[in-house]
Amino acid sequence: MSMDVNNLDPVAVVVAPTPASASRGSLVWLVNFRLGLGLLILAIMGLGSFILPNFAPVDPSLQASYMRNLPVSGIHLLGTNALGQDIFWFLVFGIRNSLTLGILVAVGVTIIATLVGLSAGYIGGKFERIVMLFVDTFITMPLLPILIILGALIRGNTSFLTVGIIIVLFGWAWDARTVRSMALSLREREFINMARFSGANTMQILLREIFPYVSAYMVVGFINTVLFAINIEATLAVIGLSKVEVPTLGSIIFWALNYNALFTGQYVWLVAPIIATITLFLGLFLTSTGFNQAFASKRGVS
Amino acid sequence: MIRLNDLKVSYRIGNRVIDAVDGVNLTIPDNCIVGIAGESGSGKSTLMKAIYGDIQQPMYLSRGSIDYGLKGTDGKPVTTANIGKEWFKTVSYIPQSSMNSLNPVIRIREQFIDFPGTDSNKKRVLERARQYIGKLGLPPEAMDSYPHQLSGGMRQRVMIALATFFQPELIIADEPTTALDVVVQKEILMLLMELQEQMGNTILVVSHDMGVHYQVTHKMLIMYAGRVVEYGDTESVFADPQHAYTRMLIDSLPTIGDDSMRGVMASAAGASGDRAYDAQPVLVEVKPNHFVAQSTAAKTLVAGATL
Amino acid sequence: MGLLSFIAKRIGLYFVVLFIGLTITFMLPRLMPINPVDGYIGQLQSRANGTLTSEAIAEMRVTLEQLYGLNGNVFVQYVSYLKRIVFSFDFGPSFTYYPQPVSAMIMNALPWTLGLLLTSTVIAWTLGNLVGLVAGYFHKKKAASILEFVGILLYPIPYYILAVSMLLLLAYIFPIFPLSATFPVGQMTPEKFGMIIYNSLLPGITLVLAGFGWNILSMKALTVATTEEPYVVYARLKGASNWTRMTRYVFRNALLPQVTALALSLGMVFNGALLTEMIFSYPGLGLVMRTAANGGDYNVLYGAITISIISVATAGLVIDLLYPLLDPRIRHK
Repeated sequence: MSMDVNNLDPVAVVVAPTPASASRGSLVWLVNFRLGLGLLILAIMGLGSFILPNFAPVDPSLQASYMRNLPVSGIHLLGTNALGQDIFWFLVFGIRNSLTLGILVAVGVTIIATLVGLSAGYIGGKFERIVMLFVDTFITMPLLPILIILGALIRGNTSFLTVGIIIVLFGWAWDARTVRSMALSLREREFINMARFSGANTMQILLREIFPYVSAYMVVGFINTVLFAINIEATLAVIGLSKVEVPTLGSIIFWALNYNALFTGQYVWLVAPIIATITLFLGLFLTSTGFNQAFASKRGVS
Repeated sequence: MIRLNDLKVSYRIGNRVIDAVDGVNLTIPDNCIVGIAGESGSGKSTLMKAIYGDIQQPMYLSRGSIDYGLKGTDGKPVTTANIGKEWFKTVSYIPQSSMNSLNPVIRIREQFIDFPGTDSNKKRVLERARQYIGKLGLPPEAMDSYPHQLSGGMRQRVMIALATFFQPELIIADEPTTALDVVVQKEILMLLMELQEQMGNTILVVSHDMGVHYQVTHKMLIMYAGRVVEYGDTESVFADPQHAYTRMLIDSLPTIGDDSMRGVMASAAGASGDRAYDAQPVLVEVKPNHFVAQSTAAKTLVAGATL
Repeated sequence: MGLLSFIAKRIGLYFVVLFIGLTITFMLPRLMPINPVDGYIGQLQSRANGTLTSEAIAEMRVTLEQLYGLNGNVFVQYVSYLKRIVFSFDFGPSFTYYPQPVSAMIMNALPWTLGLLLTSTVIAWTLGNLVGLVAGYFHKKKAASILEFVGILLYPIPYYILAVSMLLLLAYIFPIFPLSATFPVGQMTPEKFGMIIYNSLLPGITLVLAGFGWNILSMKALTVATTEEPYVVYARLKGASNWTRMTRYVFRNALLPQVTALALSLGMVFNGALLTEMIFSYPGLGLVMRTAANGGDYNVLYGAITISIISVATAGLVIDLLYPLLDPRIRHK
């Protein structure tokens, strides 16, 4: 089977790698190297960042809890920073907060993207064209300047939650586009027509026929959105426009840069979040592409 | 004359080995059109690949050999090892999907000269090809078009022009008319027959359409489960099919006024009963130039029948 | 006729996208519960220790609203906003650098951003596509998976991490570049020019690396899919060389979706450039925005966001209009 490469959604291609040929056992499809490694990273970082905070000696966001600029030691695994905070605990809380935000945003984004994408793809016609015009506008619009202006407006009065809501409002378009292109390809399939001819209404078809088919892709889209949301929040934090008092993967770098950690030689303050972020993002990315491989090989088998 | 000596072609997938073509002994005479029929999975495509010399992982020749009886452009005999150098010189190929077999983003003329067969003098090749396509019912401007500007029939003519331009000794046509509508199909088949008559070479036509075989071919080869079950002059095969599977294929051809569907179902049921043959069937010449697979236990056993 | 209607449609879309984009920019701050004028007056009030009289405040409010384009009802504001942008490219004066007009500040910064962005995007796209092509064309070979691994490793790393890592690596551990770069202004001399190039290298490398990973992965996937296409298989059976097939068959076809992808991802590329500029103090639009955001200089922010939307939309338009050059199916209908 070949596909028309020229009509392909380049985004969909990347998240859907070549069908794996391995198709031995019954559940083997679930296990591939990427997925395994990705899930392992996520499990360690997820469990660690959600369980460990219960044992934190003090809230790491409080300043001047310890002596400033202490070196790495048994008590302070990564030392303390120029604000008298324990870097290790700040980082652990940061990973937890970033992950929580990412997952909440991804839930919101997935709901909006699915509603918009499915209805556009399935209803079609003028409705679809108008919706897609907005989707494409949102996709091509540079998001960061808009977030910067919002950040500048609400700074000081913002809560961590508001930041999340803003990211949802501007992050749904890309996913909606993917969902819609899937809905488009599904619209023409036999079993959908069967359902239509047997008298099911639009809503029933969407829920019973299309949704189960699309849900596999949505797992992948969800993980990618978690990645996106963490990235955006951290980006805003790094330039000081998120709620930087809350420990996140971005705010830790904000403080490090603001206190010139590199000039004062406190490289741990920067290196630790960099390594943590790269590991977490790699874990998320490997999980999403791994899932995709798994789904692809499963589809190949059945 | 092409001779297949106990040819066995297999695929290695993981730890498993699948024999797609399993012990084929055949002689294909010069100057004729041979049709190859059989259901998908019967090994007919694999056999064609093997003859064309397109042997790539995971496919491999596990036993036997092919004698092409041809001399390459360098004067040496063509073998499985060196046939790649003779592609579109002494052997050529007409693909199934003419719709997608041309590169959509470059002009036809450039696809006429981008392979080693044309390395000698591309300019001259192009000039002659321009005249040549005229003989095949194509306007000369077709050379300067992009594939999407041509109709399906025109594109298939381009494929035939490409395959026949160098007057090859052997052409393999893989379902050459499947994607075309009936009228165009007929034109293309007529063209192919005409060209074969002029060139006097051998064309192997793979098709699941028995109608195509009846109209075009001189000889018929029926494959089933990796083996040749019947091989003979087309007229003889159609008039007096020996193997149950051949009968089923022929009966599946709808004829006017025939209650065809019932016939198909009945013969399919009949054929399935006959399908159980033992591991090493042997082709037996039941009539002059008409061979059929029979089990080794069969009475008229002609050992080592050369076909 | 096909080509003309393609161009007309694309240009139409350009204006619709611009219109929607500018409208959203206009609406957003007005939907927010916070009034920038109140915020600014509050700032001044606290600076003056609450000594401002209510008349003075009222007067100031009128002036500020005029400057912000906040007088009249929302519709009047909207019309005058669009008018000012379209006809006079006027965003009012900057507050921090009063009375310098915002448009002048933006015009100073824009060439810096475009220079950095264009160069790095072209390099990242070209390199990424070539590496992706090789990785995809030879995807059955072990060595090719190393190339893909580079993409997998680079792609998920966010811009800010790349930028900070670059600083850490090439300015701190190996002090090849300065930790905080200075960009000379004024009359251009060869010496200054060299210094600009030298100091632009770090942000440039960051942007190239960031774009490189995506392009490898995307091109590799497209190449693998394209090698299965019947026309590539047929070319092989014609005896066409690996080189011919890879360049004229696979590359030419896999490139088309990559061009579309580039046009679609421009917004994100632009985001990355702004961020990188902020981190490296590179004097482009990003730095202007950061300074303005910190100082509450909203006119500058509006100007910068408007020019961002226009730049990205225009670049997308240019890429899409170049597309027919690569795809004869649109050129010759």
